[in-house]
Amino acid sequence: MRAWIRHHGRSLRATLRGFARAPAATVLNIVAIGVALALPLGAWVLLGNATQLAGHVAVEPRLSVFLATDATRADAARVEAALAGATAVRRQRFVPKEEALADLHRTAGMREILAALGSNPLPDAVIADLAPGEPDSVQRLAVELRKLPKVELVQLDALWLQRLEALLRLGQAAVAVLAALLAVGMVAVTFNTVRQQILTQHAEIEVSRLIGATDAFIRRPFVYQGALMGLAGGLAALGIVALCVRLLDSEVSRLAATYGSDFRLTLGAAPELGMLLAFAGVLGWAGAYLSVSRHLHSMASP
Amino acid sequence: MPAIHFNRVTKRYADGFEALRDATFAVEAGEFTFLTGHSGAGKTTALRLIAAIERATSGTVLVNGQNVAALRAVAIPYLRRSLGLVFQDQKLLHDRNAFENVMLPLAVCGEPPREAARRVRAALDKVGLLGRERAMPITLSGGEQQRLCIARAVVNRPSILIADEPTANLDSEAALGIVEIFQAFNRVGVTVLVATHDHTLIERFASSVVRLAHGRVAAKPAALATP
Repeated sequence: MRAWIRHHGRSLRATLRGFARAPAATVLNIVAIGVALALPLGAWVLLGNATQLAGHVAVEPRLSVFLATDATRADAARVEAALAGATAVRRQRFVPKEEALADLHRTAGMREILAALGSNPLPDAVIADLAPGEPDSVQRLAVELRKLPKVELVQLDALWLQRLEALLRLGQAAVAVLAALLAVGMVAVTFNTVRQQILTQHAEIEVSRLIGATDAFIRRPFVYQGALMGLAGGLAALGIVALCVRLLDSEVSRLAATYGSDFRLTLGAAPELGMLLAFAGVLGWAGAYLSVSRHLHSMASP
Repeated sequence: MPAIHFNRVTKRYADGFEALRDATFAVEAGEFTFLTGHSGAGKTTALRLIAAIERATSGTVLVNGQNVAALRAVAIPYLRRSLGLVFQDQKLLHDRNAFENVMLPLAVCGEPPREAARRVRAALDKVGLLGRERAMPITLSGGEQQRLCIARAVVNRPSILIADEPTANLDSEAALGIVEIFQAFNRVGVTVLVATHDHTLIERFASSVVRLAHGRVAAKPAALATP
């Protein structure tokens, strides 16, 4: 056990010495990995924020039934009766066209347009708040309502939210694909970097083998190098993305303020970012492991 | 039990060249043996088979009773730790000083640093390089470099010491010094096998000799030849 710890301590020191010997190359490698990782990480952070934003907006779904302009109060009552019988409906409210017009009058810029129109172009409407999580029964209800006389339009306000959600899921899938591609790229980068390191230390590896070093012993410092490089690259990526978030945040919050929102860009939760770093470390480790194993294998065949 | 025992060993390379043909010989434990023969007779191949750097095409190579030819890859490092190897091309690390070069086998075994440093100095002392531990190999003379190789080979206290042409590029005085060091190790019980084509050394240090010619054993060691 003590020998094991000593082995690892020795390997770690050897790795750090190797970094110190070629600081420029080390920094450039870390930057290369950092930039490569920053792309999926940045996309992931943006998506996270978009998801959060969607969560803010996600009020309970709503069903609006617009009647024909010549519909009577009796037509509206039929709709109200249909809605009252549905389990998904929590509340409903009749909005007469006069009230809708008055609402519209309060909206900036609309007054002039309405004045130009002369008569009230708006229909009566019945608006129902729905219980969330019953999309099927709501769809059935909408179909039923469309069959009623004098019903002009049945609009599910939750629809655009579903579309947004689908879009976000698509974005997440795209990020996953991008991350997978760049993971492969990162393994390739560490593989190559470690290979160059191996070539410069070829003599040492050869002698170590001849005097009884196990493959694990030879592999260890290189694997450390790969893992540390991956970890440092992950940190660099985090730094790059954090910087971008900082730069964009003031603009985003200004934009959000015009919508009356206090939304701010965030980097993400610490455990998730920690996982990302660990992932980068594991990728670096894997690249280095493959590289050394390949080299040892090519040396082994006499 | 012999320390090293070749039993009908043939080594054929991929190009068809047979470096060893049906070679049988033994080196008894505690013996000092010269492995000799013309250049290309198979001396280096024999030594490489002992250290499992190469594998015999047929026959068995026993080292301390263990068949090296059948050794699994993971066991090879542990076989090599029981041997002290002095290579023909030395294989010193030129970016490390004398102390660090000798330290390498102990680092490989995970020896505690303090104990390791003590043993490195003891090994350097035995080959007369104690005062040069900070010297880089390139600054050492040919004889000193060879003695550094010996120190690295013995620092692990191996039971068998194997050297491939250790006196090849040395003047006769330095060569004598090297063989005397081997003799000193032999006196404390280390089995020594030295490959050389230097006949003056063989004549001067009367000991058993295995003579190879075109991959075959031409003369058995004296100890085995006498009835």
